[in-house]
Amino acid sequence: MSKNWKKAVAISALLVATLTGTALGQGELRFCLRSEPKTFDPLKVEDDASVAIRYLTGGVLVRMNRQTQALEPGLATSWKVSKDSRQISFKLRSGIAFSDGTPFSAEDVAYTVQQLMDPALHSATGDAFRSGPGKVETKIVSPTEISITFPAAVAGLDRQFDQVAIVSAHSPKKEMAVLGPFMVTDYKPGASVLLKRNPNYWKTDEQGRKLPYLDAIQLDIQPNRDVEMLRFKRNEIDLINALDGEYFDKLSSTAPNVVHDAGASLDSEQMWFSEVAKAPLPPYKKAWFRSANFRRAISEAINRDDMAKIVFRGHAQAAIGPVSPANKFWFNSKLKPEPYSPEAALGRLKSDGFTMQNGSLKDKDGNEVVFSIITNSGNKLRERMATMIQDDLQKIGVHVNVVTLDFPSLIERMTQTFDYEAILLGLTNVGLDPNDQMNVWLSSSDNHQFNPSEKTPETTWEAEIDKLMRAQASAADPKKRKQSFDRVQEIVVEQAPFIYLVNRNALSAVATNVQGASPVILVPQTYWNVERLSVKPNSTLNANRTDLK
Amino acid sequence: MLGRKIARHTLTLLVTALLGGFLAATLVRLAPGFDSDEAQLDPHLNSESIQALRAERIEQHNIYRFYLHSLRRAAHGDLGTSISLRQPVSELLRQRIPLTVRLVAFGLLLSWAGVMGLALSAAWLRVFAYDTLATLITGLLLCIPAAVLALLSVLWSVPGALAIGLIIFPRDYRYARNLLAKAYGLPHIVAARAKGLSELRILFWHVVPVAGPQLLALAGVSVSLAVGAAIPVEALCGLAGVGQLAWQAALARDLPLLMNITVLVTLVTLLANSGADVIGYMWRDQRA
Amino acid sequence: MSFWRKLACAVLLLVLGISLAANWLAPAGYAKQYREAAGAPPSRQHWLGTDDIGRDRFARVLYGTRISLLLAPAAALLSTLLAAVIGGLAGYLGGVWARAAMALTDLFLSLPWLFLLITVRAMLPLNVSPVFSVLVTFFILGMLGWTSAARVLCSSAATLRDSDFVKQARASGIRGARLFCIHVLPNLKPVLYAQFWISIPAFILSEANLGILGLGVAEPLPSWGSLLKELEGLVSVGEEPWKFVPLALLVLVVTSFQLVLSKQDEVTA
Repeated sequence: MSKNWKKAVAISALLVATLTGTALGQGELRFCLRSEPKTFDPLKVEDDASVAIRYLTGGVLVRMNRQTQALEPGLATSWKVSKDSRQISFKLRSGIAFSDGTPFSAEDVAYTVQQLMDPALHSATGDAFRSGPGKVETKIVSPTEISITFPAAVAGLDRQFDQVAIVSAHSPKKEMAVLGPFMVTDYKPGASVLLKRNPNYWKTDEQGRKLPYLDAIQLDIQPNRDVEMLRFKRNEIDLINALDGEYFDKLSSTAPNVVHDAGASLDSEQMWFSEVAKAPLPPYKKAWFRSANFRRAISEAINRDDMAKIVFRGHAQAAIGPVSPANKFWFNSKLKPEPYSPEAALGRLKSDGFTMQNGSLKDKDGNEVVFSIITNSGNKLRERMATMIQDDLQKIGVHVNVVTLDFPSLIERMTQTFDYEAILLGLTNVGLDPNDQMNVWLSSSDNHQFNPSEKTPETTWEAEIDKLMRAQASAADPKKRKQSFDRVQEIVVEQAPFIYLVNRNALSAVATNVQGASPVILVPQTYWNVERLSVKPNSTLNANRTDLK
Repeated sequence: MLGRKIARHTLTLLVTALLGGFLAATLVRLAPGFDSDEAQLDPHLNSESIQALRAERIEQHNIYRFYLHSLRRAAHGDLGTSISLRQPVSELLRQRIPLTVRLVAFGLLLSWAGVMGLALSAAWLRVFAYDTLATLITGLLLCIPAAVLALLSVLWSVPGALAIGLIIFPRDYRYARNLLAKAYGLPHIVAARAKGLSELRILFWHVVPVAGPQLLALAGVSVSLAVGAAIPVEALCGLAGVGQLAWQAALARDLPLLMNITVLVTLVTLLANSGADVIGYMWRDQRA
Repeated sequence: MSFWRKLACAVLLLVLGISLAANWLAPAGYAKQYREAAGAPPSRQHWLGTDDIGRDRFARVLYGTRISLLLAPAAALLSTLLAAVIGGLAGYLGGVWARAAMALTDLFLSLPWLFLLITVRAMLPLNVSPVFSVLVTFFILGMLGWTSAARVLCSSAATLRDSDFVKQARASGIRGARLFCIHVLPNLKPVLYAQFWISIPAFILSEANLGILGLGVAEPLPSWGSLLKELEGLVSVGEEPWKFVPLALLVLVVTSFQLVLSKQDEVTA
């Protein structure tokens, strides 16, 4: 065919597609999942890979725009939350069908909510709504109207529905019938998941063309980051969702237009000491770890800027408290970063009776200050952080043993035997709302990591945090909630139950043949607007990546 | 006589495989982290959900009861359900065994082609420079971590079987080389040489047959080495085989999966070694 | 002793000598972090550059050599002795002993020892000294690494048991332990030497892998295994050839061991 003919055919196809509202096939997006997805049932999702697939296939009532952080209509055209945050009413779109053609209605929403709130279903998604004992009532007003009433107030009630993918009450395909832009068509365990465009997806773009633009998404299961990077360089995948600083620098030196630094993320790296009374530790060590002065001194002796500069190659910032400054609304801007000062740390320790003798720090009973930090093996960044902490604390006479353990052993020590002294871990996929951290701050919670499942708060400051967290959870006014949570952050910084180290930047890589990508800090950073992404054929764009060595 | 040997080997095989499954289950059960699941750390989960996660493994706490129950189910073709992947173990193994078999088989073939080629030529030529070069090459391969060899196979887009072959090759070469060199030093070789037999004839008719049973034993052992090498290769190259499954199961303390994989690996190891033993006996009997 | 054997011995002694003199030869301590020069290429101050957190790589190679060069051969010796006793004795005794020993060996080969190692780590206190942790690691490696050689040794010993010179020795009244130790065991040397030679680099690499279980050499102590793990960053290592120096050193040492172990008259026509 001559060039002119080709152009004419392409323009005609575009016109036809626009006029008929049909989708214009625009390629296949390829990227890697870092682990095997455990389930395709959106209500039982707990691991990152399953969360990714739920995001790509699930239809939700409301969707938080990851860029603006504002809630947008999804399957619901509008919604209303009651003043006491116990009830939410949705007006749903009509004429929508699941991927297998089963019609969507309020009955499916009711079914989904009832399944989610089933006491036998133990899922993170469902637990986010369990604010109190009692049944959840769903009232179908009409096929396109439903109201849901919870037994107690649920903070940020409307935002929680961003995680609830609606499942069909009637489809024989059960959870495999979806309302999202893509549907799972092939799954090779251990190898890949193939998603194809959902032909019944309800959304169109501003020109009336059906979304998504992409024909398909190929997800390869690849836990190794070196291999993932190699495949990106070889044009075998189109994006890397969470890039390490080292690879970011390597790529940006040869192809700066493929890497993106969206700034500080919500994720943090932190360490904490065991404050559990029944931990199998010597009493003198328990006394150290339960002293806020000791914890603050350790915090002051750690050089966070060096950590951000060296371990994260400058793509991280010293953390201030439990909330990243990237969380603009909830971050307490009055808080200041902990200054690095070994002298101040020693001063603080001296006031607790510690003394330096022959280069070693000893407590008032003459016990040498030696403790171990455990972290999960296989995470090179954490191993380096632990070694840097070891070096920093050596300068104030504290001897630290770094022990890397496999994750299950570490979790057992942390949650069951409490046989550890200090742990270095991180918080990832952190949500914006402080209610997401409720189970971290409530002293009675199993996830109150430094001292879980307290029958009653063992310190006055923990009792105060309990009160404040409950207050913010039940308050409807965002300003009142912020007031309570600001005070929680202040207490956490004063008492340092967690020593927050760094907030990593959200780094990603997107091939130049991917159109429409605009990486952000919220998960999923690169494909949050997947329905509007398209991929140009590689043959015309390989030139852009030949300079990638 | 041969029939009795085969029957004895078969019985040993079955008993050892069953014992292997039980011991593996015991090791996994007693190792720390058994009741731990990464999902427990999700801050969205409430206390009841965390307790429910822990309770998922209650039926596996009594290892004897669990093992007997598993054997009874296995007799009906049900190998249990994987805790980490939430799929039937039999289905998982059925999907992944063919790839691992292909990988291991080609890896062994490549390795042994290299071993016999290099060891025989080194034994035949008996030139110091050649032998030292072979030592350098095999020494280099021994010193490169298996993970690096696996990653190199991804980097150079070569099949994973080559990585497995390169992992086993230096080990087998050194044993084979030493066995052949030892055989060369036997008195009957001096006599054969004195009688004017060619070096090639001496090698294939008088050296290899002497070292044959040991080389067969080595071949049997290399099967289990290859299966072990499949774990890092599959995990790093993203190959969905039994090795990758074993690694995932180990990280997740997935008892049903690990127990069944161990029984499978034990059976393969025993079959390979028993086969080598039986052929070795036949070889020795024939020569006697 | 042949020229090459003498040279190999000299190389081994030189490497050992240099590593033992690390306190005087190393430009810096193995743990000192030059944070302003993290990940730096070779220079006058840092002959092999620095690692990801600024530690002098040359110093770490020197100190790491000490640990790996002393302990890996010791662990290799342990595994070789175990292989000789279990495999060699089983083959020599034959019958039910051989069958039981080989079934045990096959079982040993198949079990997921990862979990035993995890349990060992759990039994050790978290604040165990790095030296103790290293010793335990190499001891365990030695105790677990005998299986492959045992199988081959069993077959070799079975062949020797039926050989003419052993029958002759038995006929002249030599029996039991004396027959095994004086007439059978020396003829198992090819396999024993191979086992010893293979085990050295295998244990050095395994020690690094055991780091994922909390065993092995703890930070900030270096070892060859941990230095070789840098090679896993394939994306960058091609542009940083100095990271191959520990590999080159290990190959040199391993080849020297082989030259020391082998007899030149075995290999020349």
